[in-house]
Amino acid sequence: MDQLLQHLVNTIIMGGTYALLGIGLTLIFGIMRIVNFTHGELYAFGAYMMYFFATILGMNFFVSIAFAIAAGMLLGAIIEFLLLRPKRGADIDTTMLIMIGAWIVMQNTEHLAWGGIAKSITSPLPEAPLVIGPVSVSWLRVMVLVIALALIAASYMVINRTKLGKAMRATFQDSDTAALMGININSIYTMTFGFGSALAAAAGALLGPVFVVTPTMGDLASLKAFAIVILGGLGNITGAAIGGFILAFAEEIGAGYISSGYRDAMGFVIIIIVLLFRPTGLFAKAERVG
Amino acid sequence: MRNTTQICTFVASVLLATSSIANADVIKIGVNQPLTGPFAASGNYIVEGAELAAKEINENGGVLGEQIELVIEDNKSNPTEAAAVAEKLIVSDKVPVMMGAWGSSLTLAAMPKLMQYEVPMLVETSSSSKITRQGNPYVFRISPPSWVEAQLFKTYLPQLNIKKVDFLAINNDWGIGTINDFSEALGKEGIEVGLKEMMDQGAQDLSAQLSKIKASDSDTIIVTTAVEQLTLLLKQAASLGITKQIVTTGGSQNPDQLIDQAGSAANGTSHMVFFAPWKPEMTAHPDQAEAFIKAWEDAGYAKAGLTESYRGYDGIKVIAAAIEKAGKADPAAIKDAMWEVEVPALNGMVSFTKDGPEGRESGQYMTNGTLIKIVDGKIEIPKS
Repeated sequence: MDQLLQHLVNTIIMGGTYALLGIGLTLIFGIMRIVNFTHGELYAFGAYMMYFFATILGMNFFVSIAFAIAAGMLLGAIIEFLLLRPKRGADIDTTMLIMIGAWIVMQNTEHLAWGGIAKSITSPLPEAPLVIGPVSVSWLRVMVLVIALALIAASYMVINRTKLGKAMRATFQDSDTAALMGININSIYTMTFGFGSALAAAAGALLGPVFVVTPTMGDLASLKAFAIVILGGLGNITGAAIGGFILAFAEEIGAGYISSGYRDAMGFVIIIIVLLFRPTGLFAKAERVG
Repeated sequence: MRNTTQICTFVASVLLATSSIANADVIKIGVNQPLTGPFAASGNYIVEGAELAAKEINENGGVLGEQIELVIEDNKSNPTEAAAVAEKLIVSDKVPVMMGAWGSSLTLAAMPKLMQYEVPMLVETSSSSKITRQGNPYVFRISPPSWVEAQLFKTYLPQLNIKKVDFLAINNDWGIGTINDFSEALGKEGIEVGLKEMMDQGAQDLSAQLSKIKASDSDTIIVTTAVEQLTLLLKQAASLGITKQIVTTGGSQNPDQLIDQAGSAANGTSHMVFFAPWKPEMTAHPDQAEAFIKAWEDAGYAKAGLTESYRGYDGIKVIAAAIEKAGKADPAAIKDAMWEVEVPALNGMVSFTKDGPEGRESGQYMTNGTLIKIVDGKIEIPKS
C-alpha cells in the first residue's frame, strides 16, 4: 500500500510535465497538422536555456524559468517563420522532411554548443524531501508540478476563453474563411507554433534541474509527446492533458509491478491497444472522414 | 565543364592519396569511444587519458623509433555506430590495433569486425563476461569483467555487513552481466538476493524503480551504471527517503563528480574503483601514478575523470608495449605480442591470461580494485 501511494505521487508529478509536452505538441501536430519532430529539441533547448540563465548567468531560478520559456517561444516562432511559412500548403510529407532536418540540425548544434557531457542545474529549493506519512517527494518536484499545472490551466484559458484562442481555432478550421473575417492568419500560424514550442521549452526548463541536461534528452521526450497526442486524440487539449497523466501512470505502475526493464515500452503498449480499439484517440469527438 | 569536374576530382583524389602517404611514418592506433550520448562523460575521459599516454610515449622517442598517432572516433554511445567505427578505423584508416569501445554492448557490437578483418582490440572498459568467452582471439581486456569484480568485492563483505541485497542496473550487457555474476557470488556467501531491477540507459526518472526498492526488506542496494545516471539515482533515492546502504560497481562512477553534482545525496555511498587517485602512494606504481595525476592536472582536465581516464592511459601503454614487442605495426604480430607483454601500469602489472573456449582464447588481465566510501563529501579509502 505504501509502495502504491508512492507510485501514485510519482505519477502525478511526471504526469504534469508529460501533459505540458502533450498540449504543446497537440497544438502543432493536432491543430496545425505539422508533424513536428523538433518538439523534443525545443524541450532540450528549454533545459539548456535554463542552464544558461540560472547556472551560467546566475539569475534568479524562477526568472530563469520564465526567460527559458520565452526563448523557446522565440525559437519556435523563428522555425515557423523561416522553415514552414514558405511551404504553407505543401503536403504533409514535405513539411515532415523539413522538420526531420531541423531536428537533426538542432540536436547537433546543441552538441557543438554545449558539448556531450551532461550539465546539472542547481536549485534553490531545500534538498531534504517533503515527507507525508509513507510518501516522500523532493520540493523541486512539487514546484515542477505546481508550475506545470498553472501553465496547463493558462494554456486552456488562452485557447478557449480569449479572442486569440478563438482566432487560432478559426484559422485551423478554415484558414480562407478566417482570413476573409479579417484574421491575420500568418501571424496566427507563427504564434501557434511559438505557443506550442514555449510549452515544450517549459517542460524542459522545469525538468532540467530535476534531471541533468544532455543534447540527446529530447529524443525520448519527442517520442512520448507523440504518444500522448495520439492517446488523447489529435488536437484535443483536454485529451492531451489526461493522456499525459495516463502515460505517466502506465510507466510508473508498469515499472513498479510488472518489469522495470520495459518501463519506457509500457506507454507504447497502451497506445497500440488504444489505436486498435479507438483509432481516433481516447477523447476525440467523432470525426467525419472524407 | 565536365572536364573541369573530372580534373578537380582527380586532383582531389591525388591529394588525399598523398596525404595518407605523408602519414606513413607514424604508427596509428584506433580509438573507438562514446564521445557523445549517455556515456559521453566517460568516453571523453578515456580519450583524454589515452592522449596523455600517447604524448608521454612520443616525448620519450615513440615506439620502434616512430611517433604514435591516435585516430579517435565517436561511437555516439550506440552499438550500431561502434561497429561502424571499428570498420572505418580498420578499412579506411588502416590501423593495426585499436582500443575500445567503452561499454559491453558497444564492445560486443564491434567484436565481429575484429574477426572479419583480423585486427586486435584492447578493451579498456567493459564488464560483460561474454566479451572474453565468445572465442574471439582478437580481444584483450584490461578492465575487470563482472565475475572478477565480484571476487574482488567479496573481500569487502565483512565491513559492508549485507544480509539481503537488491540490484538496480542499467538495462544492457553490462548491467545484466553484473547482476548475474554478483548474485551468484553473493548467494554463495549466504547473502539473500531480493529484487533485480533494470533501468534504460537514457532514462532520467528512476523513481518507479526506487519506490519499489524502498518498499523491499533488503538492507543494501548494489547499483551498476555510469556517473550521469548514478548522479540522478542518488539524488532521487535521497528525495524518496531511501536509507539503505548503496554500493556501486563498474568503475565509471567518478566519485569526485558524484560529490560535486549529487551533493549530500552521495554521502554514505560506497564505490568500487580500479584506480584510487586520492592516495597515489597506495597504488601499484606510485611514481607513475603521481606523474599521471600531475600531467592530468597540468592539462586542466576535471579531477573527477581520473578514476575513468586511467584506463585510457593504461590501454595505450599496453598497446605501445605490444607494438614494441611485435617489432612491427602489423595486426597479426601485435596480436601475438599481446600474450607476452608485462607492462607496469596504473592499475598494476598488466599481463594477459587466457579466457574462453580452448584454441580461440581472448586475453584477460586480472584487475585490482578498491572499495572507497564517501563520508561527509570526502573520499575514504579503507585499509584492506
